[in-house]
Amino acid sequence: MAAIFKREIGSYFNSAVGYVVLAVFWFFSGLSFYTYCLLYNTSSMSMFFASIFLMILLVIPLITMRSFSEERRQKTEQALLTAPVNLFEIVFGKFLAAFVMFTLSTAIFVVYAIIIATFTAPDWAVFFTTFLGVLLLGGAVIAIDLFISAMTESQIIAATIAIGVGILIDRLSDLASYINTEWVTNVINKISFDKHFSNFSTGIISLPSVVFFLSVAAVFLFLTARIYEKRRWS
Amino acid sequence: MVEIKHLTKRYGSVLAVDDISFSADSGEILGLLGPNGAGKSTTLNIITGFLSSSGGSVEIEGFDILEQPKKAKEKIGYLPEQPPLYQEMTVRKYLEFIFDLKKVRLPKKEHIDEVLTIVKLRDVDRRIIRNLSKGYRQRVGLAGALIGNPPVLILDEPTVGLDPKQIIETRKLIKTLGKKHTIIFSSHVLSEVAAICDRVVLINKGQIVADSPIDKLSEVISGTGMLTLEVEGGRNTVKNALGAVDGVRRVTHTSGNSYTVSFESGTDVRKGVFRALAKADCPILSMTTGGLTLEESFLKLTEGGDD
Repeated sequence: MAAIFKREIGSYFNSAVGYVVLAVFWFFSGLSFYTYCLLYNTSSMSMFFASIFLMILLVIPLITMRSFSEERRQKTEQALLTAPVNLFEIVFGKFLAAFVMFTLSTAIFVVYAIIIATFTAPDWAVFFTTFLGVLLLGGAVIAIDLFISAMTESQIIAATIAIGVGILIDRLSDLASYINTEWVTNVINKISFDKHFSNFSTGIISLPSVVFFLSVAAVFLFLTARIYEKRRWS
Repeated sequence: MVEIKHLTKRYGSVLAVDDISFSADSGEILGLLGPNGAGKSTTLNIITGFLSSSGGSVEIEGFDILEQPKKAKEKIGYLPEQPPLYQEMTVRKYLEFIFDLKKVRLPKKEHIDEVLTIVKLRDVDRRIIRNLSKGYRQRVGLAGALIGNPPVLILDEPTVGLDPKQIIETRKLIKTLGKKHTIIFSSHVLSEVAAICDRVVLINKGQIVADSPIDKLSEVISGTGMLTLEVEGGRNTVKNALGAVDGVRRVTHTSGNSYTVSFESGTDVRKGVFRALAKADCPILSMTTGGLTLEESFLKLTEGGDD
């Protein structure tokens, strides 16, 4: 697993991908920070974090799109699958690398918090729980997007579908308000990433939401491994 | 030691590999020969655990590839048809990755240096794989297979796309490696298999059609004698006259005045042929005997006699 993790991380920074992701994410999150915190003259980062939600959903596909699709296209997966490692090591190694890449991108939030701290003390409790929410949300979305990447040979298709799914996730709670059937609305609200994410912005760690994001990640990592197993047997 | 028993692979309704059994002993170089699409790559992919089989078993050094995949895979070095190379890495970084991936417990730097020396890549080890020529890339793939000194090497068409000089070098290399490893390698080039292998398994349409030492192959395959004739006279007259000779199996008109006659091995039909043609007033201009060349027998087997 360590070998796969190391190579993945290397591949982000041996190509332009890693730098582009960092640049794009830092630029747009910086813009958001400037608009919602500095221009509004507020130490509350809640508006900023709300605006970051969609950005996370859109930037993760850039991190994960190559993970499996490129291995399949270049046939390098043959090296992985015929090496003495099991499938979960491969999937988890790739997940971990994407997660570290994502954490690097979001680490800039700490800088934003420190900028606020130079003016007035920010609410650190809220900041850290929300940051935890960001990481959990990221983990879940990475797992979903890795699963998408494992289904195709083309990184463009992987990215496009992942971005589509991201937008859908973003719209899910809006969708709930258009539907009049109560139980459907209830179900949608229960699986709304938006709702679970906003639970963290109160400064309290919401256990159900932690469990929700971890479960989503686990389920999709499991499904990713299953895809490989299925292709082997078909 | 690799042992394959009743291996079958089905893609939907297509039977890609149909009940194949063979084994390669330690220190043996076994050639898997067959035309394109015969099921060679599928077989190798199953042996290495990349694909699953629909039936049958594969044992590598006593470990079943399905039941103890980790142990079995540790024993294999695999070079697929398209070497699994990460284009953006340097040769050395790539081999370090393979070293870590295979969890090899040898001194890292020394071992990689040793492998680089074997495949003659020492002077390009800092170059990025993308910029290397096809021949070099093939060697990087081979180096990857050699990492960890696995007792079994599986090479899928290792010389395809190389220039003649590289082909000769690669063959030499495989021959040297054969002293220390069990090697199964596939090819659709008969002369190559003949040059490198001790034994050949010939497969066609997913089935084994011959499994024999290389020097016995043509006998095993043909089982018939051959006569090449040059005869003057009407084509049909000649064919009929020849066909009527005792022991003759088949008469084929090749070109102009030339014919080939196949007959049951162990008989001599030359006198009969002479008499028959003399009677038909068709003078024999030349007559030579000779078995099939390796190429001819290969074609004969893989085309299934539909000439």
